[in-house]
Amino acid sequence: MKFINYFLVILLVFNLNLLKADEIKLQNKISKNLRCLICQGQSVYDSDSEFAISLKLVIKNKIDENFTEEQIYKFLTKKYGEWILYDPQFNKNTYFLWILPLLIFLFGGAIIFKKINKH
Amino acid sequence: MKSNIVYYLFIVFFIFVFVVFFKGLNDSNIYTPKTEIKIIPEFKSKNFINKKELNSKDIFSNENFYLLNIWSSWCIPCKDEHPLLIDLGKNEKIELIGLNYKDNFYNAQKFITEYGNPYSIILLDEKGTIAIEWGAFGVPETFLIHEKKIIKRYIGPLNKESINEIEKYIK
Repeated sequence: MKFINYFLVILLVFNLNLLKADEIKLQNKISKNLRCLICQGQSVYDSDSEFAISLKLVIKNKIDENFTEEQIYKFLTKKYGEWILYDPQFNKNTYFLWILPLLIFLFGGAIIFKKINKH
Repeated sequence: MKSNIVYYLFIVFFIFVFVVFFKGLNDSNIYTPKTEIKIIPEFKSKNFINKKELNSKDIFSNENFYLLNIWSSWCIPCKDEHPLLIDLGKNEKIELIGLNYKDNFYNAQKFITEYGNPYSIILLDEKGTIAIEWGAFGVPETFLIHEKKIIKRYIGPLNKESINEIEKYIK
């Protein structure tokens, strides 16, 4: 009986651990997609500047307040602008950025297609 | 004839590249995006002196001019701008509010006793999270507030020009 009790406690502890691990995973995922604004060229995840340390804490607090990933990005873009995101959102300022590679790809494809047809 | 054109094109190209890079020399290597936060963020903080909890709504309760200055004792540029803040603090039309950013309490106290206290309230931001609510980059940073809106933001230390500008606003 005692053994089962111990077993249950250990199982519970391990499960709590998993829950926390998920949270940290999300926190890391978000901070990897954020640009450290005072040490540009580094993500918030990689940086150890005062700004990045605080920002990581803010992300953690927001996750604890049950904010979703999207909501956290929205909150931060409101404060710092789109520039803070490494993965820019699709809107009227960025649609050119997103569509351009596709256009170039199609253009290249068209050239190849034409050349092949000629032969 | 053809080689002449190539020659001129080469010179034009060289001048173009030179101008672009020369202009780039003067630019700051840190790009600061323009953010349009106009509203005072909501936050809770502690008073530096008596450690009482304060709400942002109670601090910026009037329609008056406020100057929120983020400072820290470990920040060297803060020392440079401090005399300017002390002069500005003598102006009765504006209320200066300090936000002590990630500081050691004793060092901050020493800083204030040594260089003077221009602030009517000093708020504590031990973890730096309140500065992020303001969309701040670090220390020093200053926000001019009027009618409960942020009307001007200064990243980095204040200088004589920015003080003149602030004085023009509050006239």
